[in-house]
Amino acid sequence: MSADLKIKVNEREWKVASAPDTPLLYVLAGEIGLQGPRFGCGLAQCGSCSVLVNGVETRSCVTPVSAVRGKQVTTLEGLPKWYASQNKLAKAPDLHPLQQAMIDEQAVQCGYCVNGMIIKGSELLSKTPQPTEPQIRSAMNGHLCRCGTYPRVIRAIQKASRTMAGIA
Amino acid sequence: MKMPVLRREFLKTGGALIIGFSLRDVGSAQSPARGTKAGPPDAKQIDTWLAIHADNTATVYLGFVELGQGNSTALPQIAAEELDLAMNQVSTVRIDTNVTPNQGGTYSSASIARGGPQVRTAAAEARAALLEIASKKLKAPVERLTVQKGIVSVMGSPERHVSYGELVGDKPFNLAFTGKAPVKETANYELVGVSIPRRDTPDKVTGKYVYMQHARVEGMLHGRVVRPRGQGAYGAGAKVLALDEDSIRNIGGARVVRKGDFLGVVAEHEWDAIRAAQQLKVTWDSNPTLPGNDGLYDKMRAGETQDKVVLQKGDVAAGLEKGPHVVSFHCRAPYQAHAPFGPNCALADVKADSAVVMSSTQDVYGTRNTLARLLGLAVDKVRVQYYEGSGTYGHSCYDDVAQASAVMSQLAGKPVRLQFMRWDELGWDNFGPAHVGEVRAAADANGKIIAYEYEGWHHNWSNVETTSQLTGVPAAEWPTAAAQQVNPLACGGMYNIPNIRLVNHKVNGLEYLKAAWLRSPLDLSFSFTSEQAIDQLAYLAGVDPHEFRQRNILDARWQGVLDAVAQAAKWTPRRAASNLSDAKVVTGRGIGLGTHLQSWGAAVAEIEVNKETGKIRAKHMYGAIDAGLVVNPGNVESQIMGQMVQTVSRMLLEEVKFSKSAVTSLDWASYPILRFEECPEITPVVVQRLDQKSSGAGEEAMAAAAGAMANAFFDATGVRMREFPMTPERVLAALRG
Repeated sequence: MSADLKIKVNEREWKVASAPDTPLLYVLAGEIGLQGPRFGCGLAQCGSCSVLVNGVETRSCVTPVSAVRGKQVTTLEGLPKWYASQNKLAKAPDLHPLQQAMIDEQAVQCGYCVNGMIIKGSELLSKTPQPTEPQIRSAMNGHLCRCGTYPRVIRAIQKASRTMAGIA
Repeated sequence: MKMPVLRREFLKTGGALIIGFSLRDVGSAQSPARGTKAGPPDAKQIDTWLAIHADNTATVYLGFVELGQGNSTALPQIAAEELDLAMNQVSTVRIDTNVTPNQGGTYSSASIARGGPQVRTAAAEARAALLEIASKKLKAPVERLTVQKGIVSVMGSPERHVSYGELVGDKPFNLAFTGKAPVKETANYELVGVSIPRRDTPDKVTGKYVYMQHARVEGMLHGRVVRPRGQGAYGAGAKVLALDEDSIRNIGGARVVRKGDFLGVVAEHEWDAIRAAQQLKVTWDSNPTLPGNDGLYDKMRAGETQDKVVLQKGDVAAGLEKGPHVVSFHCRAPYQAHAPFGPNCALADVKADSAVVMSSTQDVYGTRNTLARLLGLAVDKVRVQYYEGSGTYGHSCYDDVAQASAVMSQLAGKPVRLQFMRWDELGWDNFGPAHVGEVRAAADANGKIIAYEYEGWHHNWSNVETTSQLTGVPAAEWPTAAAQQVNPLACGGMYNIPNIRLVNHKVNGLEYLKAAWLRSPLDLSFSFTSEQAIDQLAYLAGVDPHEFRQRNILDARWQGVLDAVAQAAKWTPRRAASNLSDAKVVTGRGIGLGTHLQSWGAAVAEIEVNKETGKIRAKHMYGAIDAGLVVNPGNVESQIMGQMVQTVSRMLLEEVKFSKSAVTSLDWASYPILRFEECPEITPVVVQRLDQKSSGAGEEAMAAAAGAMANAFFDATGVRMREFPMTPERVLAALRG
């Protein structure tokens, strides 16, 4: 076991009890008790387990926990804080603008995929603040939804983009 | 105060935060007795449905579960409306066989259709009882009382008032339904009919929402099932020929649990259970008794069937002879998977004399019955609590996983949390059954349908879960005979046809895949066949397909929903396939009509076909539902959107692949579904009918959409597809003729 493996999740440091080759997902869900990243396929095919690692969307189900040593892991729970630090805001908002937009657009049905949708959408908006619809579709294409919420997720990302630009 | 009935405990262990859930703490503070006794509670008692609290709020006890469709918002809307409370004064509790009433399973789009009237009646009874008490307290007749936000006051003397909370505050009503409580006039509705935002969304977007997959209890083990990759023939089971328990010895704490041919592993850490399940060496016997994809449809047609005439009117043979426009063909439709985005999960704590099982079942009481038989316990010793899982769209593996977790807990002597792996969920699903449909129809020279005949072949629902089968305790969930019948609402029944005959040929399901209802069960298959026949008659008659349908409909609500979708799509009349082009990429539009049950559904599809690659792209789908009184139109719009996306996915991509021995669609690569880049624009149309009773809206436009897509392909190419999914390979074969 690796008594010395520490990882930084949502700006807090955690000592990891699991073996270093354990996929990050089981540390986040099992050890830390986070509910954002969740199991969907275990094969990096669906985006259910997505987190940001140094701002880059990463499939935690196939990423060994040792691979995020020294990096910043952000989960759905930590997005408002991450957004604040990205944008040098004095205080973290209650919700990331995309979380708010998902509510405003009523984009959620069962909501199990929504973790990956918001993580990936946040990554997109941080890199491309004003994405075109084809850019949104292309960026989001690796995230599946079985309820059929794609059209409203697109609208939510567009809305969050406007909010972030102050043109809501 | 009326938080969900589960207690969250945060235990610090070595710097990590572990969330624990108590299985036992389920009473509510207001009624400690509730939860201590096995249900269902008496459905004729007001207390079964409602509690009024001292702070002038209410708890409504529901039996219909939230599956992502929004009924945890819509049903409280009905209760709040009848009680004259604001939405924020009404809460609900976790559905639990010790706590909540039995409203039957949450399927057949019945939450609002069947559950709505029950909740409305209960709330009306409670309101009447409250007004009786208020009348005495305020010394004014009931007729002179008025209620706003739970404050009862005397008309004209607003200073004389009392709140619901003051009247009964947390005490039971102890009153049976009178059957006489008046319900509110539709014209006076303030909450019903309004698109109130869903109450579950904020917690879902922040990660606070507790899904089944998140539930944990102290002292539990993680489990995984060990099965062959992909099911073989239903009923044949899977036999363990050899098992090498030493093969997982290097995984500390992991051990095998076995009952008959049911195999699983349990471990303290989830990843250890996952590794052990994959590493465990098992030799299974292989039974090549399936037809495989290639032999499927021939086998279905060749075998013995149980036949039933579903509908018979007039003389079909004579009508078909008259014509002059006659069509006759057959279509094939595949097995399709529920494929929940997150595999099913359950958590069971089975003791010698009792069991508590957390599950995302669509029917807590039904699941309880089967679990009791499987575990050898009395029904009232088994308690099932509902946690929402990933969307299920029908009978996915939630019962199987609940049974498996219970068997594993019984064997391990500890609570076991079990989540299926992706290959368990897809490989051992209860698939929507394959179908062969034959249709013959005729229209006269005026474009009136004069004869219609549909014969359908498919097998019954499987009624023994895999876990149950493998353990050797085959606890049946419903009679073997249960099956979907050829559905008149997707097979010609919406038209006024003098000579019509529908025949169901039930295939014996034993040498096929496991099957159960999948959202709008078999309707996409029926409609793909039937609505193409109707469309072809329109074509032969030289009539616009919308106009042709109008000519053949008498029912005002079919007419209404058809016209609503045509209007939304700005449908302009022309004969189908009248704009054929030599271009590489061609476009087409199609219209379809049909529904699953009770309601009225219509759809228009606009598609693009690449004649070189064979790829179809859905550009825009319009779906309309008339479901009578729509309680929350926003919810229904969401449902229509989901139905359109899922139908496009099922018509273009989805087919369960299997060999003679096993299912081979085991992940998202081998069972692809629609993605963002392929997703069409969707226009949902809710036909609101305040004066009609509510009917279903969760699956009522899918049949129509399937037909519309097939007809759009014809409009684009002048060629009819006879099998779906309409993959590039099949499209190119059809275009070659």
